Amino acid sequence: MRDARGDVRRPIGLRLWLSGGWLALLTVAALCAPWLAPKDPLMQDLFLGRMPPFWMEGAEPGYLLGTDSLGRDVLSRILYGARLALIVALVAGTLTCVIGATLGLMAGYYRGWTDRVISRFVDIWMAFPPVLFAILLIAVLGPGLVSIIIAIVIIDWTRFARVIRAEAMSQGAMDYVASAQVAGRTRFGTMLTEILPNVLPTIIALLTLEMGIAVIVEAILSFVNLSISTDSPTWGGMIAEGRTSVHQAWWVLVFPLITLFLTVLSFSQLGEGLKDRFDPVLR
Amino acid sequence: MSGFLSIRNLTVHLRGGGPILRAVTMDVAPGQVHGLVGESGAGKSMIGKAVLGTLPRALEITGGEIWLDGVDLLALAPAARRKQIGATAALIPQDPLTALNPGKRIGPQITRRLVDILGWRKSDAEARARDLLDEVHIPDPVRVMRSYPHELSGGMRQRILIASAFAAEPRLIIADEPTTALDVTVQKQILRLISDMQTRHGTALLFVTHDLGVVSKVCDTLSVLYAGKVVENARMRRFFMRPIHPYSAALLAATPIYTDPDRGLTPVPQTVIDAVEREVEHHDVRAGA
Ligand SMILES: Nc1ncnc2c1ncn2[C@@H]1O[C@H](COP(=O)(O)OP(=O)(O)O)[C@@H](O)[C@H]1O
Ligand SMILES: [Mg+2]
Repeated sequence: MRDARGDVRRPIGLRLWLSGGWLALLTVAALCAPWLAPKDPLMQDLFLGRMPPFWMEGAEPGYLLGTDSLGRDVLSRILYGARLALIVALVAGTLTCVIGATLGLMAGYYRGWTDRVISRFVDIWMAFPPVLFAILLIAVLGPGLVSIIIAIVIIDWTRFARVIRAEAMSQGAMDYVASAQVAGRTRFGTMLTEILPNVLPTIIALLTLEMGIAVIVEAILSFVNLSISTDSPTWGGMIAEGRTSVHQAWWVLVFPLITLFLTVLSFSQLGEGLKDRFDPVLR
Repeated sequence: MSGFLSIRNLTVHLRGGGPILRAVTMDVAPGQVHGLVGESGAGKSMIGKAVLGTLPRALEITGGEIWLDGVDLLALAPAARRKQIGATAALIPQDPLTALNPGKRIGPQITRRLVDILGWRKSDAEARARDLLDEVHIPDPVRVMRSYPHELSGGMRQRILIASAFAAEPRLIIADEPTTALDVTVQKQILRLISDMQTRHGTALLFVTHDLGVVSKVCDTLSVLYAGKVVENARMRRFFMRPIHPYSAALLAATPIYTDPDRGLTPVPQTVIDAVEREVEHHDVRAGA
């Protein structure tokens, strides 16, 4: 017999620290944007257009990361942009996860006709080109926060359903599930108390990955101007604007791009790290 | 009914397909050990699963009766059936690797039956689990109860599963090839342990195996299964002295018996296999399958 504890308490890796840290920072930024942001993110000042970040010559005091062509503060806009990015990540990610994982769990555990109905539905759903579907939806509903979230859920719930179905199926075939039933548990009770906890690490990994995807999708949609009104700052919108003036003012493009990149990377790394750490089935 | 567990003409089919069990009839007497032998794929596990209500979804019971402690399980509603099974029977599974939930500590997995079915207090159930782990010779039960399954060896896990099966003092235990997945060195110990526990607790035991040598050591009675059909029900002594069915005789000749290590082994002859195949087919025709 090996020692019990050594195996289970793996050290929190650097990647968990870094990704978790960045996301925590971002959450604080989003929650406290009104107090943290040095300027009003919408305030234009045409006399202060395209000011460089603080370490460069000609920087304007108080505008740490410079200004865009309309003289708006880049740092403040990034901080406010975090709000929309995180709201979309949280709401879209959670909805996608709940819908997809529930259907996947039921299909994989109950098998039989439940599985046939759900799997067929997933197959048919995936036969549609999802991006076309989403753009169509936004065209009908009009651009806006709700449309983005619905679009993401529509595109991605099938990923959860398929992965969780496969896992529930392999867990469901194990003898411990039969034992739980011999011990008097109902099928539904067994699913909740025996199967669900063992697929939870996978669900969480997929969820964080999905949040990263949601952030990218939101950025892309604001980049092509299909997101919410262009007034409120979004990272995608900033990237779109920055692209047009990249030769005169690279910072308008580069800072939101880096933020977006780090955020998406952190979500996916956090998911992987958590799965490694908590999955009892992997070991 | 003469048995604590009495199976009468139990027939199981693949849904929309052929037969898996063909009119299986057998008895397990109270407090006795009944061997169920047959080659791999004969349907031994499916008999156990039919009794415990854990048949794979692809299979369905199409006829017969399963009497457990005087109650016909198949005549009960699902909830009542689960209750009756949970209160009287338990399983020692074949593969200790998949029989414990990898995500849960050992302790709650043993006490679950006591708390859920018998309504024991948690502290009483834990004390009982410690005693049981002691009884199956597990060192440091307190620590083991706090461990996760992957921290323990296969032999250790099988001991835990044995303890867990006996926890609620069931009157019938079904052991499905409980030593097949283990190292040869621990197989004997585990077999011994099951046999000892059975004697001490007076539990009826349905012992599933493909190994007649093992049956000869632990069983009082046995059934020989071939292709889903019981070809012989017998008492141990009579069976080893004078097997009635040709397939039984051939199986016996193909098995090294511990009392006579020098006896030469003969594989089951093809003529016997052909004959028993014909018999099984014939049975299907008669049963109108
Ligand atoms: N899930 C399943 N679906 C279809 N057929 C099955 C399933 N499980 C077992 N069977 C069939 O049932 C028969 C008996 O299997 P089993 O009882 O496991 O044999 P054994 O005697 O080795 O325990 C086999 O022929 C097998 O193909
Ligand atoms: Mg088997």
